[in-house]
Amino acid sequence: MPMEQTYPLIRPRHRARSQPYRDWIRRLAAITSGLHYLRRAPAGFLGALLLATFAVAAIAAPLIAPYDPLAIDVKNGLAAPSWTHPLGTDHLGRDVLSRLLFGARASLGAAGAVVLIVTVIGVTVGMVAGFCGGWVDEIIMRLVDTVLAFPSIILALVVAGLLGPGLRNVMLGLTIVRWAGCARVVRSLILSLREREFILAARCVGASNWRIMTRHLLPNVLGPVVVLTTLDLGNVILSISGLSFIGLGVQLPHPEWGAMLNYGRPYIQTAPLLMVFPGLAIALAVLSANLLGDALRDLLDPRYRRYLS
Amino acid sequence: MKVRHYLLRRVVSLLPVIFGVSLITFGLMGLVPGDPAEILASYGKETEPTAEEVEAVREQLGLDLPLPVRYARWLGRVVRGDLGRSLCSGEPVWREITVRLPATLELTAGGMVVGLLIALPVGILAAVKRDSILDQLSRALALLGASVPSFWLGMVLILLFAVRLGWLPAMGRGGLRHFILPSCALGLGASAILMRLIRASLLEVLEQDYIRTARAKGLRERATVLRHALKPSLLPVVTVLGLQFGNLLGGAVIIETIFAWPGLGMFIIESILARDFPVIQGFALFMSLVFVATNFAVDVAYRWLDPRIQYGT
Repeated sequence: MPMEQTYPLIRPRHRARSQPYRDWIRRLAAITSGLHYLRRAPAGFLGALLLATFAVAAIAAPLIAPYDPLAIDVKNGLAAPSWTHPLGTDHLGRDVLSRLLFGARASLGAAGAVVLIVTVIGVTVGMVAGFCGGWVDEIIMRLVDTVLAFPSIILALVVAGLLGPGLRNVMLGLTIVRWAGCARVVRSLILSLREREFILAARCVGASNWRIMTRHLLPNVLGPVVVLTTLDLGNVILSISGLSFIGLGVQLPHPEWGAMLNYGRPYIQTAPLLMVFPGLAIALAVLSANLLGDALRDLLDPRYRRYLS
Repeated sequence: MKVRHYLLRRVVSLLPVIFGVSLITFGLMGLVPGDPAEILASYGKETEPTAEEVEAVREQLGLDLPLPVRYARWLGRVVRGDLGRSLCSGEPVWREITVRLPATLELTAGGMVVGLLIALPVGILAAVKRDSILDQLSRALALLGASVPSFWLGMVLILLFAVRLGWLPAMGRGGLRHFILPSCALGLGASAILMRLIRASLLEVLEQDYIRTARAKGLRERATVLRHALKPSLLPVVTVLGLQFGNLLGGAVIIETIFAWPGLGMFIIESILARDFPVIQGFALFMSLVFVATNFAVDVAYRWLDPRIQYGT
């Protein structure tokens, strides 16, 4: 139709709707090309591989752990690594490898959950602030500024301390603290995206605010947000293990890496390996998250990079 | 005149943040599960408090008043330096915290110094010898520094230098020798971010025209980098120092337990386990005020260091 050729910007809506599968093909292609990029960045690929290994180990812990992580065998306490106990035993004779595997569930599972919730809250709040502007933006940003006026781990420590020790409270504390940083980044991204022409075009065809936010703005912030989330994951793992280390997180007798380090402390002279393995596990998990995050950041559109520093 | 104007503006702009901090700190007490009057009445007693005792505490502390009134009263006391009394010791919270704050700040500063001592030379070398093995090594060191938990590093340092080699004391606060291990444990993490930043910033400056001029007039590379390039390249680093200070403060709080460092960290953990709520609240307020003040100082210092920035709007 000649009309359509005159106004190529304005397309009937039903056309995009009638071919939803094309959208999926495009997305799939984007994901696989992303994997291809990762292989070109070997450090990032290594990070992804390690993280996946950790995740599988955590999920499959009941299947692959050689012992019950809570089974006490005092006679066998503080044993050195051997064929029966590959990483030795702790002061109560519990198998360190099994405790590490089950500990991964607490340490990494909690960190993953915190990062996910923080991202959802941060993206939502940041988008609302950036998109609405005006007094909504003003109020939200004042709140963000106030939360960021506390050193993050200290506020998390205080929140968890007031609620009482426990992994759930530590997660809650970290969530209350960490959404603010994410919201701030997303807001500044939205502020710059809002002025771009494709948003104007969307408005011209009569797209609703909701549609502009979910179909036009959200996909464009997703890239930077994924990078931010990956980099955050390492920090959250460090925070959770740190708070567990000082006794606020996972409670006895359940295994968690930071808590295991804490209970290994009295045996630093007699059984130093007891504090080596959980520490290595934390460092390796954080390292792989950082490797992946750095690689993803390098792949990211340079226009967005400055928002992440 | 202009400077004073700017300072005034900055101080005024701090007020909403401080107001927000006070609101959050006050609101934090709402997190405590249970009825605060009952907790306070039963604190340290074997038996359940009677209803009259609970009511007496409620009335005495004004817990039966509406929330805004309670906030105003609380704020009025806090402004006068009255943060309440510790439930454990009965001492004023203000005194309990200020007695221990210097030790924690000392440790934080130590971590900052160690961080800069590592980051400066490594960052400069990495920038000057860009893409060399040295640069790659610095990248690896930065990645490692950002990934290793400081409390674990502290334990490893104790194992190596105190237990195995016996060179340095592992516990307590004393002279410089007590200071080295905890500062190093804290500083490595901070150095990771700083060294990458110094490298990136120095590389940017080295591409400027005036550096080419310096080289063209035959200045030795060493003098070019150290005299002409380094100073402007440190400006972005200054802005990050404030943020790093907050991280280090938090790290210090955690690391104190390992080294038996008698600062706020050990104290706050004891208080949390003893559920000494006024102390925890005072701690949150104190720490955020220290953090806000540091960031303010850094901001002002930045303007002072960089004369290009206008003091106006």
